[in-house]
Amino acid sequence: MAEGVLIIGEIADGKLAPITRELIAVGSRIAGEAGGLVSVALFGSHAEALAQSAIEAGGDLIYTFTESLLDDYLTDTWLPAAQMAVEVADPAVVLLGQSNVGRDLAPRLAFRLGTDVVMDVTELSVEGGTVHWTRPCYGGNARAVVKVLTSPQIATVRSKSFDPLEPQPGRTGDTIPMESGIDPSQVKQRILGRETAKAEGVRLEDAAIVVSGGRGLGGPEGFKVLEELASVLGAAVGASRAACDLGWYPPSQQVGLTGKTVSPDLYIAVAISGASQHWAGMANSKNIVAINKDPEATMVKNARWAIVEDYRKVLPPLIEELKKLKS
Amino acid sequence: MKFIVCVKQIPDPETPASAFKIDPSGKKVVPAQGIAPVVSPFDAQAVEAALRIKDAQGEGHITVISMGPASARDVIKHALAMGADDGILIDDPALQDVFDPHVTVTVLAAAIRKVGEFDAVFTGRQAADWDWGVTGPGLAEVLGLSQATFAKSVTARDGKLVVERVLSDGFETVEIPTPALVTVSNELGDPRYPQLRQIMMAARKQITTYTLADLGLTPEQVRPRMELERLYIPVKESRVEIIEGDSPEEKAANLARKLREAKLI
Repeated sequence: MAEGVLIIGEIADGKLAPITRELIAVGSRIAGEAGGLVSVALFGSHAEALAQSAIEAGGDLIYTFTESLLDDYLTDTWLPAAQMAVEVADPAVVLLGQSNVGRDLAPRLAFRLGTDVVMDVTELSVEGGTVHWTRPCYGGNARAVVKVLTSPQIATVRSKSFDPLEPQPGRTGDTIPMESGIDPSQVKQRILGRETAKAEGVRLEDAAIVVSGGRGLGGPEGFKVLEELASVLGAAVGASRAACDLGWYPPSQQVGLTGKTVSPDLYIAVAISGASQHWAGMANSKNIVAINKDPEATMVKNARWAIVEDYRKVLPPLIEELKKLKS
Repeated sequence: MKFIVCVKQIPDPETPASAFKIDPSGKKVVPAQGIAPVVSPFDAQAVEAALRIKDAQGEGHITVISMGPASARDVIKHALAMGADDGILIDDPALQDVFDPHVTVTVLAAAIRKVGEFDAVFTGRQAADWDWGVTGPGLAEVLGLSQATFAKSVTARDGKLVVERVLSDGFETVEIPTPALVTVSNELGDPRYPQLRQIMMAARKQITTYTLADLGLTPEQVRPRMELERLYIPVKESRVEIIEGDSPEEKAANLARKLREAKLI
């Protein structure tokens, strides 16, 4: 009978991606309650070298597909490889990240396997082998709790929703070398180019402080002031979807349901009303500061501290004050 | 080229949070009074993506498909007024309040097969009600299509599609053969807004209605593969401290001090 959890791993910058460490922690929790092993499938040239870090992160059994064809994610190459991993591991649960990979791959994998998929999970509970998955919907306005009636249950998990386990150096596990045997002539997608957004300064996902701007900034020039504030604080700059859709800031800096998830110690929301879709990307921030003209804005009401004022009047003196405190 | 676009009618996602209500026992959203349902915004952008190719080529045919109640005719009409050519509504009593994307995919795939030949299917990146993001890739799998998800632009070249995809850390341009499936992201830009004349012309375009039986589907085939156990609105606690001061400068100084005291800076 199918048991245990299989994680479709991701590798970033030659290391196990943070989301994969988080998935292993989720998998350990599910397997701890429902039984079975935590398996991790890793793809591409780095797979074998990273098997031990997956074991130290909490994995029991690592499937390594080391073909260089799998280095960069493509639906056409990863789908058959992931399918093979599922068939060999025969898990009760398959986990992927709600990432570039998981968003594209998980639904397709689910239909290929004749099962169903729960996208964008942020919480879960396990009762007697059944997982109850909680996910935001209606633009973050509501939460749905669902259970999957077919096997395996597949889910994608939103990044930063669960903490990774503390790595255990020297932890032991097994590694099984795999070969997808993909015929390159069957790969129909062809990458013509990739453009990585220049991450100036601190990466949004890693930043301890994030300064974000919304539609209320009134124009792209507002972000210049935010960048100045961010540079004083050593912070990253984020933007609401409204601001990105208006072309005021690059989509790669978007925080929210359709953008990135952040969980900084301090989130400074400037001229952001706090629509659920934005909230979905920053709800786990430890402390929120809202700067907004509207005292009724959701962001103001749900912040820890708020200044009700036009940001144009507050940010310049705030930047000066912070410079004084820093020096 | 021949395109199919899947569109969905949903409660207006711009509904203010204060008007957003759930019936917990029925596990569904209660329509807000006086706020009309709309076409899911990503789906309107999917229609726009197909229209841009049709415009660039000077010819083509776009069929719009929606699964939903009789009122979903309105979103098909909206797409027809934008410039699509004909529409299909799948309306069946067995398809009330569908939340499981497996059901949606099964039904839409059957309708697409009934349409017959096509070059590409377009969907929104996700429906802005359930936010699953499953229908597009699910259709690609069931229909055996090449896929490109999260498109910010789509062009046709030598019978293939060139799709600029939005990634979390940038963009990727991918070429896929037809028949293909493309999911469209908000970065595509605003969809065109139909003018009165186009709305009137759209009234003459054909909308065919199918039931499950018309598509050769049995109720068994559209049985959900997941169970919705609970639907609720999360409670946000307000414990905000409004930073006071006689001037913006004083408020700024007070905030800076608070942040310092909390060791956040």
